[in-house]
Amino acid sequence: MHLCFMIQVEQLQFAYPRSEFQLSIEELKIEAGEKVAVVGPSGSGKTTLLNLLSGIIVPEQGSVIVDGQTVSAMPDSERRNFRIAEIGFVFQQFELVEYLRVADNIRLPYLINRTLSESSATRERLNDLANSVGIGDKLKRWVHQLSQGEQQRVAICRALLPEPKLILADEPTGNLDPANKQRILSVLFEQVDRGGQTLIVVTHDMAILDGFDRIVDFEKFRKPNSLASPEVAV
Amino acid sequence: MSGWIKLAWRYICFHRTKTMIMVACIFLTIFLPIAIGILLSEFQSKIVARSESTPLVIGARGSGMDLTLQSLYFKNRTTDTIPFQESLKAAESGRVTAIPIHSRYTAREFPVVGTDLKYFEFRKLKVADGNMLTILGDCVLGSTVAERLGLSVGEQLLTDPENSINFAGDTPLNMNVRGILAANNSPDDGAIFVDLKTAWVIQGLGHGHQNLEDETDTNIAIRRDDKIEARATVRPFLEINEKNIDSFHFHGSEEDFPISAVIAVPHDEKSETMFMGQYVGAGNRQIDDTGVQLVNPATVIQDLMSLVFRVKQFFDVNALLVSLSTILLLVLVVLLSSRLRAEEMATMFKLGCSRSTIFLLQVGELLFVFLLAGVLIAGAVALVKVFAGDLVLSMLVG
Repeated sequence: MHLCFMIQVEQLQFAYPRSEFQLSIEELKIEAGEKVAVVGPSGSGKTTLLNLLSGIIVPEQGSVIVDGQTVSAMPDSERRNFRIAEIGFVFQQFELVEYLRVADNIRLPYLINRTLSESSATRERLNDLANSVGIGDKLKRWVHQLSQGEQQRVAICRALLPEPKLILADEPTGNLDPANKQRILSVLFEQVDRGGQTLIVVTHDMAILDGFDRIVDFEKFRKPNSLASPEVAV
Repeated sequence: MSGWIKLAWRYICFHRTKTMIMVACIFLTIFLPIAIGILLSEFQSKIVARSESTPLVIGARGSGMDLTLQSLYFKNRTTDTIPFQESLKAAESGRVTAIPIHSRYTAREFPVVGTDLKYFEFRKLKVADGNMLTILGDCVLGSTVAERLGLSVGEQLLTDPENSINFAGDTPLNMNVRGILAANNSPDDGAIFVDLKTAWVIQGLGHGHQNLEDETDTNIAIRRDDKIEARATVRPFLEINEKNIDSFHFHGSEEDFPISAVIAVPHDEKSETMFMGQYVGAGNRQIDDTGVQLVNPATVIQDLMSLVFRVKQFFDVNALLVSLSTILLLVLVVLLSSRLRAEEMATMFKLGCSRSTIFLLQVGELLFVFLLAGVLIAGAVALVKVFAGDLVLSMLVG
């Protein structure tokens, strides 16, 4: 039944060791192709949710199902392969590798995981992606030679190159000036619309919420030991 | 190419300075002890070979080491001498072949060695160009001397004055290059050989000057009874040639003229034992009643080498401690680097990189550093091996 949804979280409970923080989600469902913004104050568990969805951490209770695969029940290596095949990450600090040129930064998932094999089609897609986000002429540069907006575009290309079904973006505009924020979001929306990916963006910046299909407010999940559905605004 | 290898290579290429410093640390730590070991071994083999091929040396009482270095390697030249009579005495014993050595002077900083033709036979020295010593004033150059001074047969070479402000002392002699010896990878390559009498001429014990028999100028010569006394205005000839060679003569008895040492080559083992019996003493230094000592160069050099190897042991311990420091330094660099790169590694993990690949990536970087250092060390060691012989020889030749 859960195959209708890209993401289905049920009866989830998670706590970090030696911490009072506890994340409880009774139910969260996100449809394929949806663009969802997850908002909430710092420490409400937004990033934890992304880590749970990608299988970096596993819940103590409940289940996390992504694209029909129960991530929470997978062994380590399977979760890693799932992550590389199904999920694209965009980070607030861009997290680009300084000692690689732009093109190699975009290819990074192919360099670090043998389950992805690079072909001429991949290289073509890399060029298309770079051109479509406006960095096609900067592929041979070092990342420190790029502006912050350009660096985030590189990170978006890196997330999209392996053609994942789900894009998880953690404060992708957090380090950008207002003009760049809108531009980067437009680029991100345009790309996921093109590829038909599901997009989940974690942010605490209320100014960028236009254009999302849904907004999930995490304020509710802060309450310890409470199982509740998040407030959903359309 | 595996992804982690590519990433590791890119990392060390990007951080060139850091990589070069690490490579240099490893290179110096490993290469220096190896190079010193090779040079020392080459030095030992060269110096020991020379000493073992020289059975006995007779010289003035004093340091046996100085005597050995002076008579075998023409180093540590001292003014301590023995009379030529000691060489004659040794030869007259009938137990040894006596080869006199006079090595007090230099020409353009290369030692001038006065000896006789037996020396060339004993050292198996062959003339590569020109002829062997023929007349007074001739010299034969070792191959290195000829090469470094750019001299060839027929040219002349002036000896260095022993003391430039001693007007009463020796007078430089312009020697005629009669021949050039073939290289034999020994200190002989760096020496200029002259006949013993030429060495005495250089020392001022023999000289040539204008004929005073018919001289009437009293500023030049004074006639007293049936003797002619030369005045200071008589200048000795600075070179020996066909025209003036007959005017060269020696004052005093040849037997009393000084030599630096005598190489004594016993005819057989029994002769050696009996010859050594003439000199009393113990160990490698035996002194006769006239104050002349007899040394066995092989024993002297063994003592020297055992001292050198004792010093090397300290160096080895030092090298070990330096290696340990380098390892600790590298560990520190790796730990600090890991801390600085924690974010990068966390990102790689999030992107799907396994922990083992992350580990391999860091090990790969270190492996590349060691590989680069290894290639450099191998190249440098190969170079040292190729040039060790020449290097040591140039140390011995000067």
